[in-house]
Amino acid sequence: MARREKKETAAGKPEDVGIITTLSVPIVGSVGKTGSWRVFVPVKEEERCNNCLLCWIYCPEACISKDIRIDLDYCKGCGICAVECPRRAIVMVKEEKGGGR
Amino acid sequence: MVDIANHIAAHAVKLARVAVVSAYPITPQTQVIEEISALIEAGEMDCEYIPVESEHSAMAALIGAAAVGVRAFSATSAHGLAYMHELLHWAAGIRLPMVMVNVNRAMGPGWNIWCDHQDAISQRDTGWIQLYCAGHQEIADTVIQAFRISEDPRVILPVMVNYDAFVLSHSYMQADLPGQEEVDRFLPPFRSAWRLDLDNPLTHGSVIYPNDYEEVRLSMQQAHERAREVIAEAAEEYRRIIGRFHGALVEAYRMEDAEYALVAMGSLAAEARVAVDALREEGLAAGLVRVRSYRPFPGEELAGLLDVLKGVLVIDRDISFGMEGALYSDTKAALYGKSQVPVFNAITGLGGRDVPYTVMMEEMRRVAEGKRREAVSWPTIRFNDHHRASREGMSRCG
Repeated sequence: MARREKKETAAGKPEDVGIITTLSVPIVGSVGKTGSWRVFVPVKEEERCNNCLLCWIYCPEACISKDIRIDLDYCKGCGICAVECPRRAIVMVKEEKGGGR
Repeated sequence: MVDIANHIAAHAVKLARVAVVSAYPITPQTQVIEEISALIEAGEMDCEYIPVESEHSAMAALIGAAAVGVRAFSATSAHGLAYMHELLHWAAGIRLPMVMVNVNRAMGPGWNIWCDHQDAISQRDTGWIQLYCAGHQEIADTVIQAFRISEDPRVILPVMVNYDAFVLSHSYMQADLPGQEEVDRFLPPFRSAWRLDLDNPLTHGSVIYPNDYEEVRLSMQQAHERAREVIAEAAEEYRRIIGRFHGALVEAYRMEDAEYALVAMGSLAAEARVAVDALREEGLAAGLVRVRSYRPFPGEELAGLLDVLKGVLVIDRDISFGMEGALYSDTKAALYGKSQVPVFNAITGLGGRDVPYTVMMEEMRRVAEGKRREAVSWPTIRFNDHHRASREGMSRCG
């Protein structure tokens, strides 16, 4: 065994990396700000909204808070909120390049 | 006890205090699972048995069991192992300790339920540790050792315990099972590098980018390299506590003064002892190196035993199509740059074909006489009426 250990360091093999797996923990931004993937951005028209919270229920990314503020750092612009809103209080608007970050 | 190897393996699993067994209960399953389910039903084994609808699901359920932090076991064979293939990668890749018995059987077509190593060799690169047994007693002892190897913090990889179909799996032989107290001293309670925990949520096996992937694979490779010493330690510790030893990564037989050596795995390596003894009586200084651990491969050990010899014959009960026997390739790689010893290969015993020790003797004699020209031989090939009928049938199709 000693013979092999010696050779591992001498041959320029990578050092012991320990146990590295595909583990990921649920933390905010664990894969970066996914809002940068967005093409269309949801825009809320305050006067049309009656706080029914359907957008809060349907948002698959939990990017809409209960006081209906949209977290544009992580909103991918899927548009489900705009489709589900019965009062058309959210519309999707094409975003300029470089936006969203 | 005097019993078939499948039952002996089941009783070793019981001694290892396995908490969950997940398995497909129908063909190609063996009596390993039948016996375990009987032990559970009789209240002799405190274990959850999940009979699932396929081997793919069996391995998925086993991954789930190991992931929540319990000792898990399954058994399969041949096409069942093949059906698990994708999940074998997952079990090793997310670093879960578990043990599975694989009864080595030939792959179809056509349906052949007899022994060869093609099933396990086909799963060589999934990241599983592969151990091969040569007898009933070794099967009992290796199943218990396998849990300790798998759960060692230096390893944390699944272990496959292989033994030959029918010759071992269904034949009755004597084996001593250790006492529960001795096994408990040898095998500590289940441990793993990680487990699913509601209070500390995490995900394994989600998307992984090119920037992160290679290090995960290097980590598995290093665990295999460390497993070499862990397997050797487990064998030594087993000898100290329970008093039996079957070799560490390899078992050498009459190699002290050998000039020629056979290299083999499984029950053919037991048969090869008879060939070695008979060759010695003829005056040929033959020895045997039996490979117990195929992955990790005992390259250093083989090179150390074989490098000064005059000739080596590797017996493969498998064929890597388009190349040669898999054990042969690996043995040559172990000797590369270290020795000029000529190494030859015999592909034999496929699909349960009988390999008498006299065939091994004749192959070895040809190596020793220096008459052998071909690197790879198929010494038990013989054409019969079925092959002729098949050829004739094919010619009618054309």
